[in-house]
Parts: sequence; C-alpha cells; structure tokens
Amino acid sequence: MSTLFGSSIKRREDPRLITGKGTFVDDVSLAGMVYAGILRSPYAHAKIKKIDATAARGLSGVLAVYTGADLTDALIPVPCAWNLPNADLKLPPHPHLAVEKVRYVGDGVAMVIAESRAIVRDALDLIDVDYEPLKAVVNPEAALKPGAPVLHADVAGNQAFKWVVAGGDADGAFAKAEVKVALTIKQNRLLPTAMEPRAAVASYNAGTGQLTLWATSQNPHIHRFLCSVMLKLPEHRVRIISPDVGGGFGSKIPAYADEALVAFASMKLGRPVKWTEDRSENYKATIHGRDHVQYVELCGTKAGQITGIRTTVYAGLGAYASTAGPGVPTILHGLMYSGAYTIPNIHGTIYGAYTTTTPVDAYRGAGRPEATYLIERLVDTFARELGADPVEVRRKNFIPQDKFPYTVATGITYDSGNYEGTLDKALGMLDYKGFRAEQAKALKQGRFLGVGVCTYTEICGLGPSQVAGAIGFGGGLYDSAIVRVYPTGMVRVYIGTKPHGQGEETTFAQIVADEFGYPVESVEIVSGDTDNTPQGWGTYGSRTTAVGGTAVKIAAQRVKEKAKKLAAHLLEANERDLEWKDGKFMVRGSPDKAKGFAELALMANVAWNMPAGLEPGLEATAFFDPSNFVYPFGAHLCTVEVDAETGQVKILRYIAVDDCGNVINPMIVDGQVHGGVIQGIGEALQEIAIYDDDGQLLTGTMMDYAVPKASQMPHLELARTVTPSPVNPMGVKGVGETGTIAAAATVVNAVCDALAPLGIRHIDKPLTPATVWAAIQRAKGGAA
Amino acid sequence: MIPVQFDYVRATSLNDALKTLAGGDGTKVIAGGHSLIPLLRFRLAQPAKLLDIAGIKELSGISEYKRGLRIGAATTYRDILDSALVRDRYQVMMDATSGIGDVQVRNRGTIGGGVAHADPAADMPGVLLALGASFNLRSKRGKRVVAARDFFQGTFATALAEDELLIDMVVPPLPRGGASAYVSIEQAASGYALAGAAVVVKCSRKTVTECSLALTGLSDRAFLAEAAAKLLVGTKADPDTLQRVGAAAVEGIEITGDIHAPAEYRRHLAAVVVGRAIRAAIDRV
Repeated sequence: MSTLFGSSIKRREDPRLITGKGTFVDDVSLAGMVYAGILRSPYAHAKIKKIDATAARGLSGVLAVYTGADLTDALIPVPCAWNLPNADLKLPPHPHLAVEKVRYVGDGVAMVIAESRAIVRDALDLIDVDYEPLKAVVNPEAALKPGAPVLHADVAGNQAFKWVVAGGDADGAFAKAEVKVALTIKQNRLLPTAMEPRAAVASYNAGTGQLTLWATSQNPHIHRFLCSVMLKLPEHRVRIISPDVGGGFGSKIPAYADEALVAFASMKLGRPVKWTEDRSENYKATIHGRDHVQYVELCGTKAGQITGIRTTVYAGLGAYASTAGPGVPTILHGLMYSGAYTIPNIHGTIYGAYTTTTPVDAYRGAGRPEATYLIERLVDTFARELGADPVEVRRKNFIPQDKFPYTVATGITYDSGNYEGTLDKALGMLDYKGFRAEQAKALKQGRFLGVGVCTYTEICGLGPSQVAGAIGFGGGLYDSAIVRVYPTGMVRVYIGTKPHGQGEETTFAQIVADEFGYPVESVEIVSGDTDNTPQGWGTYGSRTTAVGGTAVKIAAQRVKEKAKKLAAHLLEANERDLEWKDGKFMVRGSPDKAKGFAELALMANVAWNMPAGLEPGLEATAFFDPSNFVYPFGAHLCTVEVDAETGQVKILRYIAVDDCGNVINPMIVDGQVHGGVIQGIGEALQEIAIYDDDGQLLTGTMMDYAVPKASQMPHLELARTVTPSPVNPMGVKGVGETGTIAAAATVVNAVCDALAPLGIRHIDKPLTPATVWAAIQRAKGGAA
Repeated sequence: MIPVQFDYVRATSLNDALKTLAGGDGTKVIAGGHSLIPLLRFRLAQPAKLLDIAGIKELSGISEYKRGLRIGAATTYRDILDSALVRDRYQVMMDATSGIGDVQVRNRGTIGGGVAHADPAADMPGVLLALGASFNLRSKRGKRVVAARDFFQGTFATALAEDELLIDMVVPPLPRGGASAYVSIEQAASGYALAGAAVVVKCSRKTVTECSLALTGLSDRAFLAEAAAKLLVGTKADPDTLQRVGAAAVEGIEITGDIHAPAEYRRHLAAVVVGRAIRAAIDRV
C-alpha cells in the first residue's frame, strides 16, 4: 500500500498560520492582565550611581517599578546551562536586572508594570538613571588583551574559557609540511531575527501556588526547569505553554531574564502580566550569533593531500554566558574541524571572551557554519596555492564511502556518508567544465565570473544523552512522544520537541498515519505545553525528526503491537498468524477475518472484551535516546558575477545537493533547505551586526540590518541523494541547518574565485558592494 | 514602539487643514505616514497634534498642466506608477517610483510626504530637481511657489514654514525629443539610495544638446549638478566624458560616509550612477 512517508503532502499547519488563525503568545489575553516593560541600558558599560523611579511610580496606571535591588533575594541569577568541562569556565552572575553595573546596550535596568502598554512606555521615559560610563570592548580578541576594560570583577582579563581540541600531531604535521596556507577570518555577528519577537504572559495562582507561563520557546521543558530554578518554585508547579511560535533560529532556546521577571511580577502583584518585545528591543535583548575572530591554517602535500589544520579562535560570548553560549563555539564547532575530509592532525584553541555586547548563543547552525566556513575557505586557498582545481582537491581528501562509520581526528564518529555522490550530482547539474570555459571567456572581456564549491558535513540530531553529560550540557538529549488513540480511533500525539515552523505537525502525522493505515487527517500533533507533553528537550540542533520523530515512531509501533494482541484475541487467532494489510490485521489466508485499526481502538478503549493480561486503553509512551549523532552532508555550488565597477555580487546559479538520509516529506525538506540557504546567503552578502567602539549597536533596526528580501535572492536548484543513517530506525538525519552551514562558504568561495585574477585571496563576510569594491581597489593598488 | 500621546485631526478641506496648521501648536502633517510613523514610534518625533490630509481630494491626483504635469502632494506612488502621463513622458519618475519601498509602501506612501520629509537618500527629490519642478506651498498667510532647487535645504529640512502645506508639484515638459532616466545603487536593508542620479537629456545626431542632472544619497540633501551637466553638452557621452561628468557632479560636495558606504565609495558610486543614468537616458532618446 502507498505510504505517506516520502510524500510531499502540504503542510497542515499553514492554512492556520497564514490566515491569521494561529495563537501566538501575544494573542493570549487574560482577565485582569497588566503589562510589563523593561528599561534597557543606553550604555555598553557603565556604573549605575542612582536610579530614581519616583516620577514613574507616580504616573497614573503604574502598579510597580522594580530595579535590581528588589530582586537579589527573590531570584536566582540567570543560569548558563552548558558547563563546558576542561576549559576553566568562568560563569559570573547574570542578574535579572543590572546591579551596580550595566554591561551591554540593552542590559535590563528596571521593570515597569502598568495597566496598559502605553502607560508602561511613558513610565519608562520617566525613570531617571544616573550612569557613570566606563570603557567598552566589543571585539573578542581585544577583550582578552591586557588593559582591556574588565566586565566582571571575578573574571580576570574577560576570559570565559580556554578550550582545546586536538587529534594526531598538528605541530609535527606543520613542521614537515610541503605546503602551508593561512587565513584570518572574521565571522560576522548576526541577528537571528525570528519573525515573531519574544513574548511572555505569566499568571501566578497564589491559591494553588501554580505558575503558568506562556512563552516563546523552542524547548518548553528546559524553560520549565530553568524558570523553577530562577524563581525558586518547585518544578511541578511551573507550567510552560509555548503555543504557535514564529521562528526561533536558536534565539528562543535560552533562558532570558525577561520571562522570569514577568513571572516574578505576576507572583508579586497577583495579576497576569504580559511582555512583548519590539523589533528594536529584540535586536538588543535577544541573543546574537557567530562573532568569531579566527586565525586558521592548513598544511598538506604538493599532491594535494591535507595533513593538518590548526586554529586559534576568539569567540565573543557577549556580556554574560547565555544558556548554551559556551558550548556553541567549542563542542559544536571545534569537533567538526575535519569537515568532510580525512585530516589526520588537528589542533584548535578556542578562547571565549566576555565583551560589552548582547550575549551570543546558538543561531541556525550554531558553531558548525563557523567550522565549515573556515575549512572550506582553507581548502580553496590550499587549492589556489597548488594551482589545483578546488573540486579535485576536495575529492582527493574525502572520507571514502566505504569507510563509514568513520572516526575523525577530533574523536567523533560520522554515521554514514557518500560525499562523492553529492558532489558528482551537483557538478553535473552545473556543467562545471562548461562554466569554467565561460568564465575564462568572460575574463577576456573584463568580466569577473566565479564558481564556489562547498562540500560540508555537519553534526546534528543531538543526542545521545550520555554524551550530553560528558560535554557539560545541562540536560538530556533523548526525546519523547505519547501516542494516544481515542475511542473513535482518532489519534493525538504529544511530543517533547517543540516545532516552531519546521512542519512536524505534518511530518510526524505522516509517520503515525502510516503506522495505523490512516489518512493524515486522523492524527494531530500536540506540542509546547509542559502539562500534557512528556519530558523532552526541545527543537534545536536539527534533532526534532531524528530523535523526537523516532520516539513518535516507536510509540506508534507500541500502540500497534497492543492493537495486534487485541486483534488476535477478537479474531480468535494466534498473533503469529496475523498480517497487517490495507490498514487491517487479518488472519493470513482468510481475508474476511480482519479487524481495522479504528475498530480495535474502540474495543481497546471500551475494554468489553480484553484478553487476559492486556490493560484497557490504547496509548503508548516512548523515550528515544540515539546511539550517536547524525551527520548529513552535501555539495553546494554557486556561480556569481562580480560587477568590478560597483562591487555588487550577482548570484547566477545556486545548486544545493543535500543528503539527509531518508526523507519523510520532500517538499518540507526543500523548504528547510530554501530557508537555510537564504539565511546563509544573507550571512555571506549582507547581514552584519555592527557595534561602534563605544558599544553602540549601529544596526539596531531593519533599516540598517539587511535581512534578505525575496527580491534580493536567487532561484535555488535543489537535489538530493539518499544515504540512510544507521543510528535511528527511520534512517533519517537533520536538515534544518544544512543550508546555512553550506551557503556562506559556497558564496564567498565563488566571489573569491571570481576575483582571483586580481590577486584577491580572501574577503571577509559580508561581501557588501562597499567591501568588495574596497578589496578590488586594494588589489589594484588603489587608495581604499 | 509606542508614540507619545498626541491629538489627531482629520482635515475635511484644504481650508480646514490650513486653519489647523495656522494654530501653530506643534502640528505635524500626515498623509501616507511612511516617513512619520516610524519617527513617532521611536519617539524621535513627538508632535502634539497630527493633521491627516489624506482625505483632501484636491491634494491628490495627476493632471496635465502647461504641457507638463501637476502632481498633488497626497498622490500615492501607486497612482504615479499607474499614470499613463508619467509613463509616457517621465521615465525618470517611473524608474525611481518603481524602486521606492515595497508594494505596501507604494500603495500608501505619498510623493508630497516623501518630499516634505526630505530624507537625504530619498529618490524623488533628485528626480524633481532634474526635472526642474516647482512646488506650490500655501498657508493662511498666502501662496508661494518654490523651485525644487530652493526647496531642499538639508537633512529633513525644507523651505516649508511651520504653517505651510505642500499643495502640489508642477513638472515642466521634457525638452522636445528629450529622454530621462534614474539609476541608483540601493542600501540592502533600507532600500534607500547609496547614490542615485536623475538625468534629463536631449540629443541631436548622437550629440547631447541639453542635460539636466541631479544626485541623491550622497550628502545632506539631493542636489543639482549643473556644472557637470554642462560638461556633457556638446559631447557624444563617450566613456571618458562620462567619467569627467561623474567626477564633476560631486566636486565640492561633502560626501556622507556610514556603515553601509564609506565616503570614498559613495563618491565613486556617484560617478557610476551618473554615467549609467546618462547612458540609459540617451538610449531612450
């Protein structure tokens, strides 16, 4: 029978979301609700000498104004949940509202609670804060230099950690290498810019002692735990509800001060309290991504064999260590230094630095784009040094298809791969040789065409939990599902992950409907409410399908096994003689003796005739903890033309061939790749968060921060190969981040290829027209 | 993103609007709101009163006037794009208008609102300068006509007095057989011009006989580049001449530098867009 697995059915959540019928946190309105607003520091670094809130408190409609001093006994500081081991990690306290000092533009200083949003806004203007400005430091490398302004009294030299990844003998390899290349790379700081900003509604019931917090969360169970810690509430009296969530890209993983503050206010005042970010507030108060300064080198043989990689990386953490902040530039970054290649000798030193900027945490790809980019830029530079074709150098160094599972020098084991397969397919789609000829011809006419290639692999599908413990991640990395079948046969599935745009309301229903021989309409997926979903760890790290989807599959199989026992009993047959066909259990050879799934659901739920030893009801819970991560991979190619007169880059073609194992819904996978690639192109060409030397965010609105627009982006040509993962029963891998991981390197490689005839070796992202033009002028010996 | 409290008045007639403006109590005029509302939401503008003129019929619409055009101040960009008169005669205005904001902005934003806001990187001021437009202003005190070249006085600064309303813009006809074009390089986030050039040319047997040239995005205001335009007259607009015209266009101008484009790059772009706009206009002759 035909299956839903592998079918491009339309996303079932979309009609609701695109016709305004979704329920987002800001849509939640409760009787007696009041509003919160946070006064944020206009200084990057300053002593707070005095806060005078008298006028604000006196404004009609203001219920309360809180400052840091009001909270020190009531709240536990905002915790960091990634306790990176063997790194001398320093985690200074992160107060919910600044005490004594502010440490970035956007740091919370006071909270106003009032009867309306307008009154809140007026009251914020009436709070008088006397600051004594201190020197700012925004660059992570500069923050670690002697004499840099110190953010935290107990963190000398601003160094949050020093973490080393090593395998083989990198120094030895470099000492005897025939060829060495080096690059200095700046990983531009990025603003995640989820369409929905953060929001929270807190309602504390003093009678039951129960706090209900509606929050924009990618991982409500993590937020339940962290909120219970911050608010000193027993965890079973905290309920997080994360309804429809309008994107996150990592920015809705962390525990922030704001959500806990809103809960605190509700507990204090006995009123429901709502807080919703502005976009410009979002750009200051919600985490940023990337922000590395990287010194990287690669060595190899004249024949093109890569023998070693060495890095020194300065990773900016911002003013405080955000929830996963220390893990992103280390575990999720350094362990991937082998890329898609057999590189025997690897050494990386990563310094985490506190800077007077908004905290940096996981942003789509989280550490892996920063690794892929440096590797892929180095491989291109190596090929150029050798005068070799970058495609052929990659091929020579690929981990061969027959060597999987393959353990790289950093110690992790890739589950499966066929790197040649995706590369060959992509090259065929482009007509690589034809383009090289066209490029040579164009150059003779003074036109600069280029082709970029990126062959990536990445670590995702986070788990397993045992590894989570070993790497200091403050939680598990299994996930969970309850499959509950109603008397009429309809099914609800409660999951521990929290889709927020990825389409699992559709894909998970496809898994379950297939199992029961159902149309997809008979299955609903429920997520986000910690009071009815099983303990899980959320949606990030491209883990939802590989880990949470597997839990759904296993729970559905358990339900089906029980239904089979009941079918055997009702058909008076031996279970071994039953076969599943056309949505029914039937006695082999007697097609008239059959029980459909819906009928079994009714019989199980009414329990009039259960076999001995079988409990009534029809539901099952599964917790799935994978044995390994999964490693999707692919080859992206892009061709560009650079207008040397203006520095403008035009993408001519963008080809992405990805392999994420078996595919549940090809259209949804295409959508994930589309979104990821566009974000990667944004990173490559136009997105950058810029601070000035005083720590002022100069790209504080969408008039200055260039999120890609549809009209600026190219058509994408997508294809896939299928190499199933052996670590889960469906053979699936993650695909939410692959596009972002591959695209930035692909585009920059293409532009550098186009400009190589001018002697240009490397230009830092984003390749804005001004940046490219300046590089061309420098290459020509001009003044720029 | 909540403005300070303000009063809101919707004018029922032009006279009614002028009367309100004469009140002189910190009143700001609003039509499409695409420039003003962001300023209100950031509290960068805190007017006591908003006077909405969008409903005044005589302020919107495009009509033929003295063989040229009369464009009401409250005419939307959408109306301009839909106007056969503009499409047939003023390509420079079509080029610029089609690149303003996005569909929603063009549907609500008005030409008069943009002009009176005088953003130094807006497209339309350059277009109106190159076309030699003049602006009709009116207040309870009377009427006056201000040439485009005298209207734009700096960043967000114009010749408009507190109590004056921009009524319409009068655009003279292009020289017989002339053509026009607007070319800009946009800032990726805002869509505003890093450098934009509006050009009107007339040619006789491939030789330029008349030229009007204005630039935007480069300094505190859009400006006419008359000396540069003169350099073009009598030439065949060969690459060397275009280079000279482009350089002359920004001579003596204090060029803006910012995170999107350092001054040196903007200066270079000015020459590029001048050259491209001239070529585009000549190709349309």
